[in-house]
Amino acid sequence: MALLEVRDLRVHFDTDDGVVKAVDGVTFSLDPGQTLGIVGESGSGKSVTNLAIMGLARGGRISGEVLFEGRDLLKMHTNELREIRGKKIAMIFQDPLSSLHPYYKVGAQIAEMILAHEKVSKKDARDRAINLLRLVGIPRPERRVDDYPHQFSGGMRQRAMIAMALALDPAVLIADEPTTALDVTVQAQVLDLVERLQEEFGTAIICITHDLGVVADMADEVLVMYGGKPVEVADRRTAYYNPHMPYTWGLLQSLPPVAAEHTGERLQPIKGQPPSLINLPHGCSFNPRCPYVMEVCTRVEPELEPADPARPEHLSACHLSLEDKERIWQQEVAPTR
Amino acid sequence: MSVEMEQAADRPSPDARQPLVRVTGVKKYFPITQGIIFQREVGRVHAVDGVDLEVFPGETLGIVGETGCGKSTLARLICRLLPVTEGTIEFDGQDITNMKGSQLRQLRREIQMIFQDPYSSLNPRKRVGAIIGDPFEIHGLADGKELKKRVQELMETVGLNPEHYNRFPAEFSGGQRQRIGVARALALRPKLIICDEPVSALDVSIQAQVINLLEDLQNEFKLTYIFIAHDLSVVRFVSDRVGVMYLGKVVELADASRLYAEPKHPYSGALLSAVPVPDPDRAQQQERVILLGDVPSPIDPPSGCRFHPRCPKAQERCVHEVPPLEPKASGDLAACHFPLEPGENLARARAGIEQEVEVAQQLPEHPLPPGQLG
Repeated sequence: MALLEVRDLRVHFDTDDGVVKAVDGVTFSLDPGQTLGIVGESGSGKSVTNLAIMGLARGGRISGEVLFEGRDLLKMHTNELREIRGKKIAMIFQDPLSSLHPYYKVGAQIAEMILAHEKVSKKDARDRAINLLRLVGIPRPERRVDDYPHQFSGGMRQRAMIAMALALDPAVLIADEPTTALDVTVQAQVLDLVERLQEEFGTAIICITHDLGVVADMADEVLVMYGGKPVEVADRRTAYYNPHMPYTWGLLQSLPPVAAEHTGERLQPIKGQPPSLINLPHGCSFNPRCPYVMEVCTRVEPELEPADPARPEHLSACHLSLEDKERIWQQEVAPTR
Repeated sequence: MSVEMEQAADRPSPDARQPLVRVTGVKKYFPITQGIIFQREVGRVHAVDGVDLEVFPGETLGIVGETGCGKSTLARLICRLLPVTEGTIEFDGQDITNMKGSQLRQLRREIQMIFQDPYSSLNPRKRVGAIIGDPFEIHGLADGKELKKRVQELMETVGLNPEHYNRFPAEFSGGQRQRIGVARALALRPKLIICDEPVSALDVSIQAQVINLLEDLQNEFKLTYIFIAHDLSVVRFVSDRVGVMYLGKVVELADASRLYAEPKHPYSGALLSAVPVPDPDRAQQQERVILLGDVPSPIDPPSGCRFHPRCPKAQERCVHEVPPLEPKASGDLAACHFPLEPGENLARARAGIEQEVEVAQQLPEHPLPPGQLG
């Protein structure tokens, strides 16, 4: 049985302008020790998906199932959910400065997390906070434990956030753009740390990011989202070397090419803008921007299903036939990478 | 490498051309003061600390470096938004370091800037037409019907619908707003445009649109760009030459493709190795150089080579002697006593001096067993 299973999750927000379908039918499962990368542009619903899993998507109408160890988190009472949230499923947020409280000492914030879930003395909680800070590589943690967040650098704050998330040895760690606010060398430090801790503790990770480089490095499975819906699910190598969905192709093509021999060529952006979540286009929501659009795409919404019966775990939501997908990828998209 | 060298020889050598911008020994210190009535200087932030570089007409010079390395300050010094503490800046053969009044106003037409955040760099209460038209009015170049016509031409040039002349910035998406910023920078037909993180705030698919636009405009209007960004793959793609900055100094200045293939300075090497590659197989092969600790404070930068406390190759000499920015084997400039050899594995290098940060910042060999944690 999967550790975390999300089935047909929908989060809709009622606004004066209409219903915003921020998440509209997301399904995935996560095994222990596995890393799932969720990619997509701003407004694709990747963050809301995870807030909903944590029971934090306030004001939204939520439907579907989120099964954690077989129990549905969405149907749980707040008190029960509180047991799991933070302890079993922890979260690292994007901006470490705004997610740490500026008035409280870093150590106290980590200790608070432990005290909220376990019956331990304040002194023990503090000692564990020190150990955690040491674990994530903060120098002289006995002293830094009494620092305020502003006394930490960006990378150290993100480490402190990781320490807090790991405090209770969670089974699932949700990292929402964990390194977006960081410089590359600090990002490398943080990713390295997360990978080593995952190996050590066998934590399952959901990594939400718009950086296809981070996903290529970390994820076992890749879920591509567009307009609130998953449009492609594949293992890492397939997602990069044989994707089936034109939006995934577009994302890969808009990046500056990896191979040096392609420098000097023009980038191939996806035309147009991401859709409004209130007024999604009819049929496939990517159809107005898709270079391979067909008549059927504007009428019928494609199902997320395997295009190749031989590979049932590779899902994509696209009306193109398997032959077309393979041909276009090999002849038009792959050579530009 | 030999192919690249030959190609380089085909091009006219950079020295033969007259640079558009020449920055010589430029320093910018920001004072830190204390006291309410009598402000006493208690320290200085060495934001830019002795930078020499040249930008040639029609080229794109990329500048990379991490937060606080001084790249944005350098950009603001070049377009005279900040006064320099020491050194000279020449533009088009003219010393502009202390230019004032009408001369400076004239200079503003020649150098324009595109900013990072298209949300905060456009006045939300002004209509797009007024935002793009402002430069014309300020410099008294056009008004009335003529102004509107020129603004609409510009909007069309950057790929905006001219009918949206009367809209507010809030009605545009991020990518379109950045196009407004580009149109405004382009209005006075400048020679030099300084792009300070122009695509960092945009989604990947939109990023590519703006990069292509900048490239088209460069070809059409013979623009020179200084392109500042922290995304190294974008910088490689757009730049002819790239300068790498660390703590207020340029540590390497090289041809873009050579820098990425064979960095000379260990910091450039570490920086490049840290970039996540959107290609799983390459990502697996790539050996990330994990630097120790954080960037030191620019208030009290380290002695000698500023990178020595974190450098995997640091030796005793690096602690005492400041390495000059000088040509290395390939002809590119680097400021390092022990530059990287082609094919050298930086991830395996061990410093010959004691680096205090290292011991403290490193993860313990065997982290605590789970039992001790929870």
